[in-house]
Amino acid sequence: MAELVLTKNFGVPDFHTIEGYIRCGGYEGLKKTLEEFTPDQVIEEVKKSNLRGLGGAGFSTGMKWSFVPKDSSKPKYLVINADEGEPGTFKDRYLLEKAPHMLIEGAVIAAYAVGIHTAYVYIRGEYVKPARILQNAIEEAYAHGFLGKNILGKGFDLDMIIHRGAGAYICGEETGLLESLEGKKGWPRLKPPFPAIVGLFKCPTVVNNVETLSQLPHIMKNGAAWFANICQGAPKCGGTRIFSVSGHVNRPGIYELPLTVTLREIIYDHAGGIPGGKKLKAVIPGGSSAPVLTADEIDVKMDFDSLMAAKTMGGSGGVIVMDEDTCMVKALYVLAKFYAHESCGQCTPCREGTGWIAKILYRLVHGDGRPGDPDTLKSVADNIAGNTICPFGDGAAWPVQSFVKKFRSEFEYHAKERKCDVLKT
Amino acid sequence: MPTLTIDGKEITVEKGTTIIQAAEKLGIEIPRYCYHPGLSIAGNCRMCLVEIEKSPKLQISCYTQAADGMVVHTTSEKVKAVRRAILEFLLINHPVDCPVCDQAGECWLQIYYMEHGLYNSRFMENKVRKHFKATPIGPWVNLDSERCILCSRCVRFTSEITKTYELALVNRGDHSEITIFPGKELNNKYSGNVVDICPVGALTDRDFRFQCRVWYLDKQESICPGCSRGCNIEIHYNVQRAHHAGGRRVLRLKPRFNPEVNKWWICDEGRYGYKFIDDKSRIQMPYLQEGEVLVETDWKVVLDKVASTLRSILTTYGTESIGVIASPQLTNEDLYLIRKLFVEDLRLPHVDFKVPVKEKGYEDDFLIKADKNPNTRGAEELGLGAKEGSLNVENMLEAAIAGRLKALYVFGHDLTNFFGEEKIKDIASRLELLVFQGSNLNPTGQYAHVILPSATYAEKDGTFTNFEGRVQRIYKAVEPLGESLPDWEIIVKLARFMGFSYPYQSAREIFKEIATVIPAFNGLSYKVIGNQGAKLATA
Repeated sequence: MAELVLTKNFGVPDFHTIEGYIRCGGYEGLKKTLEEFTPDQVIEEVKKSNLRGLGGAGFSTGMKWSFVPKDSSKPKYLVINADEGEPGTFKDRYLLEKAPHMLIEGAVIAAYAVGIHTAYVYIRGEYVKPARILQNAIEEAYAHGFLGKNILGKGFDLDMIIHRGAGAYICGEETGLLESLEGKKGWPRLKPPFPAIVGLFKCPTVVNNVETLSQLPHIMKNGAAWFANICQGAPKCGGTRIFSVSGHVNRPGIYELPLTVTLREIIYDHAGGIPGGKKLKAVIPGGSSAPVLTADEIDVKMDFDSLMAAKTMGGSGGVIVMDEDTCMVKALYVLAKFYAHESCGQCTPCREGTGWIAKILYRLVHGDGRPGDPDTLKSVADNIAGNTICPFGDGAAWPVQSFVKKFRSEFEYHAKERKCDVLKT
Repeated sequence: MPTLTIDGKEITVEKGTTIIQAAEKLGIEIPRYCYHPGLSIAGNCRMCLVEIEKSPKLQISCYTQAADGMVVHTTSEKVKAVRRAILEFLLINHPVDCPVCDQAGECWLQIYYMEHGLYNSRFMENKVRKHFKATPIGPWVNLDSERCILCSRCVRFTSEITKTYELALVNRGDHSEITIFPGKELNNKYSGNVVDICPVGALTDRDFRFQCRVWYLDKQESICPGCSRGCNIEIHYNVQRAHHAGGRRVLRLKPRFNPEVNKWWICDEGRYGYKFIDDKSRIQMPYLQEGEVLVETDWKVVLDKVASTLRSILTTYGTESIGVIASPQLTNEDLYLIRKLFVEDLRLPHVDFKVPVKEKGYEDDFLIKADKNPNTRGAEELGLGAKEGSLNVENMLEAAIAGRLKALYVFGHDLTNFFGEEKIKDIASRLELLVFQGSNLNPTGQYAHVILPSATYAEKDGTFTNFEGRVQRIYKAVEPLGESLPDWEIIVKLARFMGFSYPYQSAREIFKEIATVIPAFNGLSYKVIGNQGAKLATA
């Protein structure tokens, strides 16, 4: 069994309390950071660790921090993205419920590194319980001097505020999130400027995912080299990540693994294989937006670069497994409905295209296909991808492009025969 | 100062210039919906995507700034394909009800479809139904949200220009919709502008709807006569289908861009203040009072009557016995001839143009001025205000009641408005001659002994001088109604009847003389004024 970093103490019943957390070695990374590192040294350490953003984009965390201007006369903000909304992804929920202090500790380290004194946690509205647990943890942290003024007597201040979302997937996109946090409609912003320069309230802002920040205490405690070494064979990656595994597997759940694990290992070794001994048909490796892989493509390593080479992406680490009895047309329809419902409606291709795709798929699933439908699906998705304000458009288009391309015959059957060859309906 | 290449043409532009602006300088028009130079950048329509070498994705040209060495293609196959795609997206849920849509003929969906679309329809699904079909959202504006392409120009106008925040975009995805805040209506002083900036048929003008197809309209540049700002406008008139709109010729006014005066905008009061031009109150014939009633007659009779009566009053009572009330509604050219005849040639001392108003007009810090006349500054510069020792309007009326004034020549004003109908009626009965020269009959005109019908601003050439001394041209859009004539032409004729020979054949000739005679106008000519105006030498 590989080394566990984030989930090691998930079995400790009171790990979510400050007592449990400290008993397991919590806040030692922060102590070490404040005692032994200058802010710039923290950024260097995190760069060396190869920690990459685990919300979906996989961008170097240390690099992201270094874009924040050092001499800004404006306040700077840390915004913690806890708006976990990607279908098939539920890792942040566990981190918030089981290890809220790990997030707080990581946030203080990040804030110290960048010179930030206010942190907002934008938490998914449906995450009522995680929000409550985190609020308790924040209050404990204030009481114990890990938040507030003069943290650990080292002269560093940080306030942390929870903001609950109202149920929009698009508010997980970092600039949509910032708009929402400012009290506006969650419409993603035109970029550049990026949030590091112009973010929350027009001030320099670091936006980091829950899991990303939760890695920081361990990196600071054990060193960048230790973290980078966990991922041997993937030179630009470091550490572990939590894979959320769902769908047709015997043991769905979260699995913390080094990024060099293969998709096959996740499905068969960790998640216990496919129920009933059925054959694997397809896997989405990184949350619903990631292009689908066929059963022949699962020997790919799960680090960001290997998945990109396989023309898909690491994304949020949500692994969705589909067995041989899955109708790919119906599966895509489920995703398409989601994207049509969640498109913010700001820019034309995504607003109109996602609805169009969902309508075509509805017809195909309900026995009303037309011969040209697979081509139209592909063409509409092609016209969305790359032409939108934010990555949502790509995320809505990629599943369509990959499903139609890799399972073309199923779509053709629905279109021509107006029924399903898989479900025999 | 970055230098970039667009479609093979090189141009150097100011730092911060966007590609769409740089292309415009080269005469390359990149299609756009959400972009409007007077509003913030929304970047949402994606119609202006262009190809930039070394950039993996197409970029929106309304937002992307020009950079040194940038190579841009606006007509590459990739760009053409994406334009078709965007148009297709914009039209899939659009009702395509052009035959019954008032925007048809000036709709950017139609224009760009013909220029950049021309694909075959392949949308086989049901269209999204929305809430607003032909719904009035204010006194002047109608909303059809199924025709809306959600460019957000109107929303940005109400939040950035008027700061009245009546409109918003609600809902998500293809159910997104423009809406008005509950309990509000789009009823600000500038609401009509949202119709102009709406690129499609979503927002239409309740005043203009179904009056005339836009392809029957002709256009003429002009200046709004509604206040002393002098907003630049276009007069849209229909003479091709005379039976439309109940025979009205002028059917709408549109703002005309002038960065120094009104930018892209005009106020609703100005926009909808054109109705008098074809109104029933227009005076189409000269009238002469016979007994108690006004009787239609011809120009020769009235001019002869006015000239001979003025002559005899002058001979009997002298110059002190005649008052002239000129109007700041008139052009500089009109006023110059009034000055020439009455002040210079007849040497009348009592000339004024300022009639008091009951209450101060509405004014804001954007366009609307309290002075509701387009040429007060011009009248002042031409010396038509009451001078020291001469009677102003109020004193002229007192003099008339006292019997010292025998004749009063009124240009357009309704004196009853401020002084009351009884007083004017009384004055009319005491005077030997009350001349009313104007375009529309008002209570003052009804008491006149002679009525001379004049043309409106839409029916003549000339210039107005706005409050800050900017001289701007108006042009004849339609012929003077009936027998009416431009005021300056009436004065030329009257002068002839009084024994003076005025050589002027056109407003241009008069202006030439103004520019030499009146120091403030030195250096100006119609050419110098152009279509954006020019400031007085003294301004």
